[in-house]
Amino acid sequence: MTAAALIAVLIGMVLLLVRVLMGPTLYDRILAVNVIGTKTVLVIGLLGYVMGRPDFLDIAMIYTLINFVTTIAILKFFRYRSFQVPLIRRPDTGAGTGKGGE
Amino acid sequence: MAYFLGLLAALVAFWLGNSGEYKPLMLGFGGASVLLTMILAYRLDIIDREGAPYVRLPQLMKYYPWLAVEVAKSNWVVIRACLRADLDITPTLAKIKTIGKTDLARVTFGNSITMTPGTVTVEIDGDKLLVHGLYESNTEPEGFLEMDKRCAAACDPKEGHT
Amino acid sequence: MGDFLSMLGDFWEVARFPLGGLACLAGGLLCIVSAIGVLRFPDFYTRMHAASITETAGTGFLLIGMALMAPNWLVLVKLLCIFIFLFLTNPTSSHALVNAAHVAGLQPRIGPVGAANREDEA
Repeated sequence: MTAAALIAVLIGMVLLLVRVLMGPTLYDRILAVNVIGTKTVLVIGLLGYVMGRPDFLDIAMIYTLINFVTTIAILKFFRYRSFQVPLIRRPDTGAGTGKGGE
Repeated sequence: MAYFLGLLAALVAFWLGNSGEYKPLMLGFGGASVLLTMILAYRLDIIDREGAPYVRLPQLMKYYPWLAVEVAKSNWVVIRACLRADLDITPTLAKIKTIGKTDLARVTFGNSITMTPGTVTVEIDGDKLLVHGLYESNTEPEGFLEMDKRCAAACDPKEGHT
Repeated sequence: MGDFLSMLGDFWEVARFPLGGLACLAGGLLCIVSAIGVLRFPDFYTRMHAASITETAGTGFLLIGMALMAPNWLVLVKLLCIFIFLFLTNPTSSHALVNAAHVAGLQPRIGPVGAANREDEA
């Protein structure tokens, strides 16, 4: 039954891959990649159960954190075209700073 | 100092729960890594009220089960919308005012809205939130009142909420 | 009484594996449902809602299923850590994504969608 769940999650990942390939905007693709990352965490955990080695959960835990950092880094890069910008909201311009980009 | 000890306890519990090896050598390595993390956290200057919110932990523990029930309820709605043969959704944008005073209450409220399927916080500006919803019926400001009240009760300091 | 309790414990030791398998299967099917939603919905903001099914219900069911099948308590602690990390980081990255799209000027599609589709076909 765990193997069936694993296959179901993999089918979901393949369907999301379609969205990555044909997504009309950049944000659709990032969204699909983010969800694929979440599912990868689950796949790693389930794979550990199927193979009888739950030690895989360590890797899944690290992947959770890396997935978050990846999404934020991609978004930051496409907003500022650089990683060298501090992510601090300036109080004088209020919300949505960096409108229009640098 | 209390925050320092709280971070120390959390790190030690995290290490012990994840390692499973309790030989002296391994415990020594664990102690060294905890110490290194503490030094890094001190250098980054993140040991403050936001870094260790243990004071409000009991109130948050009361809030999250309620949120889980809400998430389950709205999940059902979105699953039905996904699988229905004709796609009858009415995406809506709504502006919502929050009664939360502190940043933590506002962040928890926005995070709860985002976590609930069917509604996403698009923008937070001061005490006004811009919310995008899948149906018109679940973006009415009255629907968020109870969540807002519970967030404020869980996160705001006692003198702040009347 | 103690006899009954030990019998209950034995029953639980046997029953938790099929229960965990069922929960895992439900989570996997919810993942497929949310992928179908991401493919079907008309614009980015609505796709976000479909994606959040995976992030709450799918991961919830799968992690509960894995916790029911856990061989020892270390695995439970790790699953709890994954749960906390996922449920703290997923809404944050969702909000960052939506906010970035909003700031960049992507307009959401407002109003009833199903009726418009039917008019197009007619």
